[in-house]
Amino acid sequence: MHIVVCTKQTPDSAAKLTVDEAGNVSWGDSPIIINPWDEYAVEEAILIKERFNGEPKVTVLSMGPEEALEALKHAIAMGCDEGIRVWDEAFENSDTLATSYVLAKAIEKMGDVDLILFGKSAIDSQTGQVPMEVARRLGFSPLTYVIKIVELDFEGRTITVERLLEQGRQVVKAPLPAVIGTVKGINEPRYPSFMGIRKATRAQYPVWTGADIGAEPEKAGAAGSGVRWERIFPPPVREGGAEIIEAETPEEAARILVDKLMAEKVI
Amino acid sequence: MGKDIFVWVEQFHGQAAIPSWEAIGAARQLSETLGGQVCACVFGEGVEGLAKEAIAYGADKVFLADDPTLADFRVEPYAALLAHLAKEHQPEVILIGATSRGRDLGPAVAVDLETGCVADCTALEFEDGKLVATRPIYAGKLLSTCTIPERRPAIFTIRPRAFAKPDPDEGRQGEVISVEPVLKEEEITCKVTGFEETEGGVSLTDAAIIVSGGRGVGGPEGFEPIRELAEVLGAAVGASRAAVDAGWIPYEHQVGQTGKTVSPDLYIACGISGAIQHQAGMRTSKVIVAINKDPEAPIFQLAHYGIVGDLFKYVPALTKVLKERLGK
Amino acid sequence: MDFELTEEHKMIARMVRDFAEKEVAPYIKEYDRAHKPFTKAIYRMAELGILGICIPVRYGGQGMDYISLGLACEELERVDSSLRVVLSVHVGLNSLGLLQWGTEEQKQRFLVPQARGERFAAYALTEPGAGSDAAALATTARREGDVYILNGEKMWISLASVAHNFLVFAVTDPQAKPRHRGITAFIVEREMKGVTTGDIHGKMGVRAGSTGWIAMEDVEVPVENRLGEEGEGFKIAMSCLDNGRYTIGAGATGLIRACLEASVKYARERKTFGKEIGQHQLIQRMIAHMRRDYEIARLLYLRAGWLKNQGIRNTWQTSLAKWFATEASFAAASNAVQIHGAYGYSDEYDVERYLRNSKGACIYEGTSQIHEIIQAQYALGYREDRPLRCELPAYDPEEWQREA
Repeated sequence: MHIVVCTKQTPDSAAKLTVDEAGNVSWGDSPIIINPWDEYAVEEAILIKERFNGEPKVTVLSMGPEEALEALKHAIAMGCDEGIRVWDEAFENSDTLATSYVLAKAIEKMGDVDLILFGKSAIDSQTGQVPMEVARRLGFSPLTYVIKIVELDFEGRTITVERLLEQGRQVVKAPLPAVIGTVKGINEPRYPSFMGIRKATRAQYPVWTGADIGAEPEKAGAAGSGVRWERIFPPPVREGGAEIIEAETPEEAARILVDKLMAEKVI
Repeated sequence: MGKDIFVWVEQFHGQAAIPSWEAIGAARQLSETLGGQVCACVFGEGVEGLAKEAIAYGADKVFLADDPTLADFRVEPYAALLAHLAKEHQPEVILIGATSRGRDLGPAVAVDLETGCVADCTALEFEDGKLVATRPIYAGKLLSTCTIPERRPAIFTIRPRAFAKPDPDEGRQGEVISVEPVLKEEEITCKVTGFEETEGGVSLTDAAIIVSGGRGVGGPEGFEPIRELAEVLGAAVGASRAAVDAGWIPYEHQVGQTGKTVSPDLYIACGISGAIQHQAGMRTSKVIVAINKDPEAPIFQLAHYGIVGDLFKYVPALTKVLKERLGK
Repeated sequence: MDFELTEEHKMIARMVRDFAEKEVAPYIKEYDRAHKPFTKAIYRMAELGILGICIPVRYGGQGMDYISLGLACEELERVDSSLRVVLSVHVGLNSLGLLQWGTEEQKQRFLVPQARGERFAAYALTEPGAGSDAAALATTARREGDVYILNGEKMWISLASVAHNFLVFAVTDPQAKPRHRGITAFIVEREMKGVTTGDIHGKMGVRAGSTGWIAMEDVEVPVENRLGEEGEGFKIAMSCLDNGRYTIGAGATGLIRACLEASVKYARERKTFGKEIGQHQLIQRMIAHMRRDYEIARLLYLRAGWLKNQGIRNTWQTSLAKWFATEASFAAASNAVQIHGAYGYSDEYDVERYLRNSKGACIYEGTSQIHEIIQAQYALGYREDRPLRCELPAYDPEEWQREA
């Protein structure tokens, strides 16, 4: 039984971001961390491993330059078995189409994968598209927005999940192998353990290049992308802050506020 | 011979998702430059009525696939059909409302057609003849513009409420074309075996008005005045992460970085400090009102109107005044 | 000289920080206001292995080094002092004392469950009438065959109402000269007949922590529970303080950091006279002092931790770290309140809690005055370290991480 968790590194969500004229984003000396949404995916993979008496192997996979190691290390420290990074200069400027291509090739190289888990989206680019695209490329059952894995039958090759949609929870049964996109609420991610930290800092993290995974150059990186990012800029700043409403009584203040809101036509 | 725009019309149990109508509105705007037709794609079971609605909202043509295999949204049959239609009719652009299902469908079709898909756009405009999408990144702290320079069709999922819902024109005429699904049930491997709807109330992402409670609410009972105000306004109830983590209200109500992103016309934040993570989920609201005891709370920087005071005094006062004004 | 922390150290600090921020920070004010010990936090620290962080794996611990202990203390006290107090007594004063002085059998019996977080540990030296004058103990231990009969009361004991194992110091030989040669150390278990405990209320700070008394009335303590030799107790007590003080120095560093972070944040948000108050020079002075003191305090405790790792005696270095950091944290907290203005005076913000918490650390485990005298005595040559019969083991990753 082989489970793969795909993860990415992002700046800390509390980081102060600045962007220069050329569109380069900087987060000062705020640390690079594992994408917070991915922690739910890592935790779910480890829970599955524990549920099956430690037998499944959990590999954490990331496409990225050296900073991606942060995410891999955190995942190993939480309890994954091994971490693999796939990177090539040719992969720069990949959109989700090209990223999913590379991840799919890497997973094909691993060969025997039953489940691939993803976090809902990365907090930097926020597309949330890679899990579905990887599933589509590999022909794996696409199970996104999973809030609960109800049943997992490795032998019988089926999985049943609850998906959190706008109107409520949908129950879906699908064959393995599957891609699971996790959402918050599926579990409570554990902290790295001390033993895990020790393991993570001592582990080796092999790097697979485009050649290693047999990636066709025109399908990866900028060449393999459909979307081009043009400009990055801060949102228009609203000057001033709130108009504070003051009055003798709460009711008086409420009246003033309601007047204003009706004037703005939002009530 | 202009360039057509496809719009996927999402439905659940026969009811259209409002973001789809917003997408048709956006498509109409774009078609003024592209010169082609707006073609709605309606898939489901027993959904002929939606085809007519799509035309009323602005579609020139509707591809209607009415089949039991399409009753519930599943990526396999829907993506296969939409990709098939796109290959046949070669639209320039496909617009999809960025709902949960829409954000699944867009990338799946993108892989099938080996094209680009831009997620969660808040604006779509022509600049020098190129279609430029604007989208928030880093939890809305920054914005980016994206284009799909070469590959076609260009697919965009558009954020709910980022585009105005058009007013339906019942008199509008259009063509409805029946199409057959591409996959048979035996070929579709995911089976929906159940659905549990969450207790009524307005959906957060669709709501025009949201009343939210945060740590200042103090406990589950503290949400009562919030709920009462929401009811008078016909609003949805939201919550900050603090309130959800403390167990005062279920996660489905959470607005913010790790919850839902909303963009209502009016967002009333009660007892919410307005930390960056919460702002990420609601900063694009048209009008923001903040009620908080702490005058230094960051929410007052973001809000348009603010009251510094105890929400347990001001929220009921608002409810009372609104009941009078709205005649309820 | 390599001033870099290892990757392991950084990950450990981050993990403890995340735990404290997620699971303690949102609730601490409630507990502090209610003067109620936040015991759930101790159980969580136990679950996460923090209570055995620098104890060898074969004694139930996590096998990390002494610097890791310091880093954990810094992160814990940054959120609240009561969290770090747990490590000070459970790990610093008690468990490391067992590691240094215990027989193999005592380590198996007491250290292992403590390191695993199954039993909580405390340190009972202070009495109503014996604080700085530690040798003036009144608690007695009378030998009768295979047991000692203990009578007395210890006060100002952290974790009094929560701990299971108490390291108690009692007079076995009232005639001894000098007095301290008549003191012996014992491991007293809560379950022993005659042991009662209770919490003290009304403390200025560390309100979310249990601080109290333990009374012993004719408690029979078997000779196997005696730590070290008869008459060695005072030396043991003092050597335990080398580790307790280390955790306080590290913790107070975290407190300075909390004050600095809060003050910088406020100074950048609050505006007076048309600009951010961070632009006013007198505010800047206070911030500069906090920054200076944080860096100094950090270097001092990390140096002490390093010495412990090397197995080098570090009594005066740890005393210096504790003395400096605690006094600096009190000043930093006072300035933090000042920077926050009227808001600093309200418990709506955290800084008043930092101030109340910081004062305690200037008093316990050697008042600042005691430390001044210690430093002078070393500097003047009036005091020299003599080797102890048992030394704190140096850190050896292989030794400490092997299973058996």
